[in-house]
Parts: sequence; structure tokens; C-alpha cells
Amino acid sequence: MSAPAPSFATILDIYTRMLKIRRFEEQVGQLFAQGQLPGFVHLYIGEEAVAAGVCAALRDDDYIVSTHRGHGHVLAKGGDMRRMMAELFGKATGYCKGKGGSMHIADFAIGMLGACGIVGGGIPVAVGAALSAWYRGSDQVAVSFFGDGAANEGSFHESLNLASTMRLPAIFVCENNQYGEFTPAHRAMNIRDIAGRAAGYGIPGVIVDGTDALAVYTASAVAVARARAGQGPTLIEARTHRRSGHAEGEQAFLAGQEYRSAEELAAMRAGDPLARLHRTIVAGALIPDAQLEELDQTISQAVAEAVAFARQSPEPALESLYEDTWV
Amino acid sequence: MPRKTYIAAIREALAEEMRRDARVFLIGEDVRIGVFAGTRGLHAEFGDRRVIDTPISELAVAGAGVGAAATGLRPVVDLMFGTFLYLAFDQIANQAGAMRYMFGGQTTLPLVYMVQNGTGSSAGHHHSQSVHPFFMNMPLIKVVMPSTPYDVKGLLKAAIRDDNPVVFLNHLALGGQRGEVPDEEYLVPLGEAAIRRPGSDVTICAAGLMVHHALKAAQLLAAEGVEAEVIDLRTLKPWDEAAVLASVRKTRRFVAVDESAPVCGAASEWAATVAEQAFADLKAPVRRVSGKPVPIPFSPVLEKAAIPSVAEIVVAARHCCTQ
Ligand SMILES: Cc1ncc(C[n+]2csc(CCOP(=O)(O)OP(=O)(O)O)c2C)c(N)n1
Ligand SMILES: [Mg+2]
Repeated sequence: MSAPAPSFATILDIYTRMLKIRRFEEQVGQLFAQGQLPGFVHLYIGEEAVAAGVCAALRDDDYIVSTHRGHGHVLAKGGDMRRMMAELFGKATGYCKGKGGSMHIADFAIGMLGACGIVGGGIPVAVGAALSAWYRGSDQVAVSFFGDGAANEGSFHESLNLASTMRLPAIFVCENNQYGEFTPAHRAMNIRDIAGRAAGYGIPGVIVDGTDALAVYTASAVAVARARAGQGPTLIEARTHRRSGHAEGEQAFLAGQEYRSAEELAAMRAGDPLARLHRTIVAGALIPDAQLEELDQTISQAVAEAVAFARQSPEPALESLYEDTWV
Repeated sequence: MPRKTYIAAIREALAEEMRRDARVFLIGEDVRIGVFAGTRGLHAEFGDRRVIDTPISELAVAGAGVGAAATGLRPVVDLMFGTFLYLAFDQIANQAGAMRYMFGGQTTLPLVYMVQNGTGSSAGHHHSQSVHPFFMNMPLIKVVMPSTPYDVKGLLKAAIRDDNPVVFLNHLALGGQRGEVPDEEYLVPLGEAAIRRPGSDVTICAAGLMVHHALKAAQLLAAEGVEAEVIDLRTLKPWDEAAVLASVRKTRRFVAVDESAPVCGAASEWAATVAEQAFADLKAPVRRVSGKPVPIPFSPVLEKAAIPSVAEIVVAARHCCTQ
């Protein structure tokens, strides 16, 4: 199955999603550095093309399940920055009323079934959403995002097999950023291509350049069409990189221990997915530079408003501790 | 005596035991770098063979610990957060916790599972639970929960030398805490409680972070004229029933404080034992102060409210003393 080349509208849509993620994450990084955010924060900077490319190939009623590095997935699926930011601040107006935080944002109204602090923990949930779509006879699909590290959890292997045997409309998107925390993937697995694991479960495995948003989009569109047509799951391995640390604040915590070389970091910056799509748009004269600049300003403004909203929002009331337990 | 952090004490215990016994090795995710710094620097001294970074595969790593222990080694398995023990649960419950018995005593399992337990990082439910009751409920698993730098070192060394599987729960909120830790060799035996503060009016029993809460509560109570005896259990299983019962026979009042949820929590076990064994000595019903029966919320305000507070301990102790 092949997919048509993305239209101009789609390209701009993908770029907009990526830019939202970038500006949001930059702001979150700053807030964390200023000590304004509780807990742990894992940024998605450098990986925007994956979430944006995949989600642009989805319908609004499709499902996604995310990871500990989940802000990008929420935004790419159409999440509201204000409620996200408020959640990061632990405020009552946040997506989860302050009970979830950075690693547990969800927006069921847009099919975003939740981020997850347990590595690999979201993969079976996505299989369940795909099962539900199949059971109800809808043509929705369910995407699970997860990292290279998560591909070594049992949940990954069991989920692929289950989805494969049931031919479920599931799409497994492995964001291979080449590290699980501080351990490089080559020390955690003896293969180079995670996509190759698909063969063990009898489903297609595709490798895509995860810094090329349009390539991600195209690969996703193929997988989505397959899933909707009842032909079962696909494993997509998107080769990408995280420019941020594993978690914000890691410099202080690592106390001088290095795990990535200066050359590696420089190469990542050179392969920036956002700059790449920007170049594509400008080179193709798809849209004037000034208009892109305007878009950037609008988004930055929205991020600033989200921060203001989060700051002004109240802390959760103590009584809410017992709310949302049994129905 | 030199003062060291809780984390530094963990590191010393591991290094000393690895120097002492070539069968001891460390295995887990990012143990070289040391996510909580307790394993940091050990790779430089002991190398790849004895400090093993693993893939993110808790079940396999926990089970590999069982197999290695059954065949003559003494693994220390670092699973990072207490909640990640859930991914290893099958191997701990069905293998580590049963193998010796199930196979008629053919093997021993000198094996330590080390994690950071409890709240303190505001990281939400997946990183903040108090998981110890699950393991207390497994008959052959020992469970340790130190509250001070001195104890964490002595208990960890004792756990590594123990021939049984031990779930060793460092408290997430205590890593930076400083205290006296001698340079000389010492052990803190498993199963022995410590009286942290003597008192005559009420016994408060706790472990881990809750010991510190209990001590603060005892100070406030003293200002009201109530002298609380604070017992730090240190080992949750086997636990020092004798020390607790002796204290209760003296104070005749008992408050059990534990961070985990109330149903089948650690406090329930202590309270039940005291009610059973010392009923005639009690002047007031035993009281439990437990974590709230909810998932651990992210918001720092709510997270704090989800675990026992100093004020709640004071109220419980006061209530006992007015009866
Ligand atoms: C079950 C479990 N084990 C370990 C961790 C600690 N941890 C958090 S993120 C992470 C690395 C995950 O790597 P990967 O799946 O590649 O995702 P990335 O962080 O690179 O996006 C680890 C080990 C966890 N949260 N859950
Ligand atoms: Mg990774």
C-alpha cells in the first residue's frame, strides 16, 4: 500500500504541530530550570517530527497512548496548552486536576488515552483500544508511542504478538532516540533495527527517518490505511534523537558524568527536524517566510498565555484527594 | 564520627560487600551512572562483570537474580523505583519467594532487590507508591526499610550476607539526609528494631520516612506533656515483635504509622499483633495512621496529604492518651 505525497495543507499542518511542541517544550525547560515545576520533566525537543507526522495521519477519533516523554504527543493530537501547562504546575485546572503531572497527561476527548510513567506500560493499553475499535466495528485505529528502551520490555513483545494474532488496528511507533536514560541502545540490544522485531510477530516493520516529518507522515498513512482495512498492525521505527537530557536537570544530577559526546550533540543539532521542515517549506516556496514568522509568534503567544493561565490557577482543594475514586 | 548522606552510605555498603565477597555483584538499569547515585563509581572499581547495566527488562533481570542466586552467586538487583518491582512481581512472588520451600530445601537464594520506595519526588503515581506490604505478604521474602544513613549501610550489608531473598526499600525522600556513619566495619542485624526516643505514655511504631514524622510528632506531644516512645522497626519482615510488645507493656498505648494504604498495610499488621498479644495491657484501642486509600497524586499539595502527616500522628497519639 502506498500513500499519496502530503498536500501543502498537510505540510503546514505538520509544521504547525511541530512548532507548537518546540515552543511549548522550550518554555517548560525554562520553567523547570527556574524551579517552578514539581516532579520530573522529560522533554520532546528533537523528536517533534515523530508525533506530528504520525498524528497528522490520524483522524480526530483515533486513539494514541503515550510515554513519560509525552508532551509532544498530546500537542500533536490537538491537546490544549493551557490545560497541559496547568497540569505541569499541578493545578486544579490541569487536564488531570493536578493529579497526573507531566508523566500522566491525558485527554480522552481527543483520543489521547494517557501518558505513562512506566516504560512500556502504555503499549498494551493501545492494543486494548485497538481491540475495542475492532469489537465495536468502528474503523478507528490506535497508536502507541514508546522508546527504543521500551522495546526491551515484555509488554512490547506480548503486545505485538497479541495485536498480530487478532489482526487489530494497532500501530506501534517506536521512537528510537538511541538512548534509554543514559544507556545507549547498542548496549541494550544486539540488533540495529528494532523494526526487525516485527518479523518475529508476523507484521510489517518499517524504518523511517524520524527527523523527516513528511517521511514519518507517509509511513504512518500507510500503516493507518492498513489498519483501517482490517489488515492488522504495523511496527514503525522512527530514528530520531532527543536533544534535551533524559530528564531536565540531569546535568546537576550527573555531576560531570558524560554519556553523549560533543560531536553527537552537535550532529543532533545539525539534524534538527523543525529546521529541516522549515527549509523544505521555504525552498518549495510553499509559504512566505513572514507568514511562518507570524505563525511562530502566534504560537509563542499561546505558550505565554498557557503559563499565565497555569500560574493564576488555584491549587487543587484538599477534598479533591478523595474525588475520582469509585464511581 | 564522620557524617555522610544516606546515598553515600548505600554506596559504601555495596563497595565493602563487593570487596569482601567476589560472589556479590550488582545488576540493573543504569547502575554504572547510578540513577540515585547509590551505585555510582562502583563500575570504575569493579568493572563490567560485577556492575552490569541491563536493558529495561525488569522481569528478566529479577528472574536472572533468582537463577544466579540459586547457583552460587549473591546478586544485588537494583530496580530503581519501588513501583518497578511490579514488573518483576512474578519472579519475586513465584520464584524468589517460594523456590527453596517448593523444592524441598534444595537451594538458598541470597538475593537483594533494592529500590527507592514511597513519595517525595512529586512524580505521580507511577513513581511514588509505597509497595512494601505486597512483599511483606510473601512468606519467604524479607523486607527492610531503613530510616537513617547509619542503618541503611549496616542493614544493606546484612541483607547482602543474608541467605534469603530480601526486598530492600530505601526511602525516596531520605537520599540526601546526613547522619553519622562510621568508617569501620559494622552490621545492623535484620529483624531488630531501634528505640529512637524513649517515652512512657504511648508507643509510636514506624519505619522509613515515617520515623522522622513520628519523631517530630513526639516533640509536639512532649510540649503537651505526652511522652511518646518512637520505635523504628528498620526491618518490616521478620519484624521485632518483642521490642514493640515490651514497649507497649510499658506505655500501654499504641499508634502504628505507615505510609502505605490502610487495607492490609504494614500498620495493620503491627496493630493486629499488638491487639492480639497485648490486649490486656492496653489502656486505649490501638490506632493506625496510614496513607490514604488513593493513587498517589502529582500535585505536591495533594501528595503530602496522601501520606500520614505529623499532625495526624499527634492527633492519634493524643486520642490514645485521653482514654
Ligand atoms: C518499568 C520502568 N522501568 C524503568 C523506568 C525508568 N526509566 C524512565 S525513562 C527510561 C528510559 C526509557 O527509554 P526509552 O524507552 O528509549 O524512552 P526515551 O526516554 O528515550 O524517550 C527509564 C529506564 C521506568 N520509568 N519504568
Ligand atoms: Mg530512547
